[in-house]
Amino acid sequence: MATLEVKNLSRVFADTRAVDELTLSVGDGELVCLLGPSGSGKSTVLRMIGGFEQPSGGSILIDGQDVTRVPPERRPTGMVFQSHALWTHMNVFANVAFGLKLRRRPKSEIRQKVEAALATVGLEGFGERRTTQLSGGQQQRVALARSLVLEPKILLLDEPFASLDQHLRERLREEVREIQRRAGITMVFVTHGQDEALAIADRIAVMRNGRLEQLSRPDMLYRQPQTEFVAGFVGQMNLLPGTVQGGMLRAATIELPVPVADGPATLALRPEDIVLQRRNDGRGAQVTRVTDFGTHLSIEVGTLNHEKLRISAQPETGWAPGMAADVLPRRFAVYRNGDLCFTPPAGLNAALPAQVLPFTPPRETSLATAFPQATPLRESLVNA
Amino acid sequence: MSLSGHARASRPGLRLAGALPDWAGIVIAILLSAFILLPLVNVAIWAFTEVWRYPAVIPQKFGFRFWSDVLGRGDVHLAMTTSLSLAAIVTALSAVICLPASYAFARLDFPGRNLFFMSFLTVYAFPKFGLYITIATIFIGLGLIGSFWGVVLIQLVSTLMFMVWIPVSAFQNVDRRQEEAARDAGASPLRVFWSITLPQVLPAVSAAVLLTFVNTFYETEVAWLIGAPEVRTVPLLMIRFINSELVVQYGAVLSLMLWVPSFLLLILARRFLGAQALGRALGA
Repeated sequence: MATLEVKNLSRVFADTRAVDELTLSVGDGELVCLLGPSGSGKSTVLRMIGGFEQPSGGSILIDGQDVTRVPPERRPTGMVFQSHALWTHMNVFANVAFGLKLRRRPKSEIRQKVEAALATVGLEGFGERRTTQLSGGQQQRVALARSLVLEPKILLLDEPFASLDQHLRERLREEVREIQRRAGITMVFVTHGQDEALAIADRIAVMRNGRLEQLSRPDMLYRQPQTEFVAGFVGQMNLLPGTVQGGMLRAATIELPVPVADGPATLALRPEDIVLQRRNDGRGAQVTRVTDFGTHLSIEVGTLNHEKLRISAQPETGWAPGMAADVLPRRFAVYRNGDLCFTPPAGLNAALPAQVLPFTPPRETSLATAFPQATPLRESLVNA
Repeated sequence: MSLSGHARASRPGLRLAGALPDWAGIVIAILLSAFILLPLVNVAIWAFTEVWRYPAVIPQKFGFRFWSDVLGRGDVHLAMTTSLSLAAIVTALSAVICLPASYAFARLDFPGRNLFFMSFLTVYAFPKFGLYITIATIFIGLGLIGSFWGVVLIQLVSTLMFMVWIPVSAFQNVDRRQEEAARDAGASPLRVFWSITLPQVLPAVSAAVLLTFVNTFYETEVAWLIGAPEVRTVPLLMIRFINSELVVQYGAVLSLMLWVPSFLLLILARRFLGAQALGRALGA
């Protein structure tokens, strides 16, 4: 039940800036995920919030109070570590009760609170067990209970489920989400798994090289990635390098009209935003690989420049390697120097007649003569 | 079908293969324990023997006469007191000096850390006796030869190995995250050390203390070199018994008595630590 504010936070190790001028605010009862590849500085941010790492610059405020220089034992934060970090020489009960004992609470209160905390994480009656007798999931539950029992203002979770298997991870994150909603705890959750972030976060902060790339709601993060890095990191994305010339972007034989100044640019296409249309004349792009995921087909298509496009299609649509097809993008985004510079307005997407054709033309034919169809598209877009 | 047939055929073979090494193992175990135990048993029998003349397999007369003889001697009393207090003082001093040092080695980073750490090993890199002779010549100048504290000082040097190296690896093995989790739960650094770090290194530290005590108690050459003739420890006394008095029983009784401290400590160690923890502490 608290707000967290991080202002211009930096951490310099020897010669690298692990965290670089990070500013972030987390609202009361909000769950914010710090998402990023390893080495992006997300764990360092969390450890600074918890007080285990001294910032080189910037400040951390909890409920408006500056805690930047406060040692961890006097911060109103609770931390769940990736390695669970249970005290192996104590049993489960003693682990959870440790913090309460330090606070000199009466015995009966300790017992009642510890039991309640263990019940919250689904471990009633596990108090007398040794921590080493528990499974990985149970150990992480105990770690969670150990933090929850102290009713921290802000709960910090450092890749808590990274060492668990897929199913258990999904179940535990649902439970954490449930506990978070019920208790209204403010949480900062570090993960390198985008599924995990998308599944539980209210907002996601994508980090890269110690900097904040984008902070937004999960759906916005997926639909409107503001940087090329986020576009490539969250979900699947075809990123095709190309150039803009005279208001026309050419990337891997795809031509699209874009109101962007001339120069290099990257075209970003989600696999599900591309429609494949079969061609029977053998022209068009070649399907090179089809993977059936049950819920959808993942189709790999080779285009002119030997680039690969990944496209997802409805299952049981009969696609097979060797088929030829037209590739019709319905939505796209254009990035230049890593930042978003153009994405067509939402209403326009449906109107895109999708005449853009990746195509394997005869060796000598130039792009322009191979794509006479491209011209009407440009007109239709400009007119729209 | 063919698979199950094969399995059936191979089963007797398996049983045979399993039985053979067992016998070999038993034979080896018996030979080994005979080799180790027989001299011990022999000494133990001698300690309770009053008359045992040559052709007899077992002594003609058992008794405690030599026990009361030995226990009644003033030099035995004195040597026991000297040995026990020497071992206790050396162990305590060593712990006071070495345990904080080993914590520092394990946790802190200071210039020359590795060099300093390795220097403890150099004590063991040279022939020890040579080193002791060198120290002895220094001690002569300082007037420490033949004094109790001189022996304490030189014994301290030889305990560094156990008291620094064993706890260092134990301190290093304590999970830093566990300590951080304790800080997170509200414990001060001192409290973290007391409640989290110490309990986890306790087996290793106890093993180090145990080894130091026992080693100091039985140490002979240094005690002789520095302490003789004024400081007489039990092992030194035993050497004198063996050299100058031809009563076998004196030596035997004294050996039995010498076993007592290490035996007690071993039992304590097993009781409180368990063989596994002890083995882990020693890096086995």
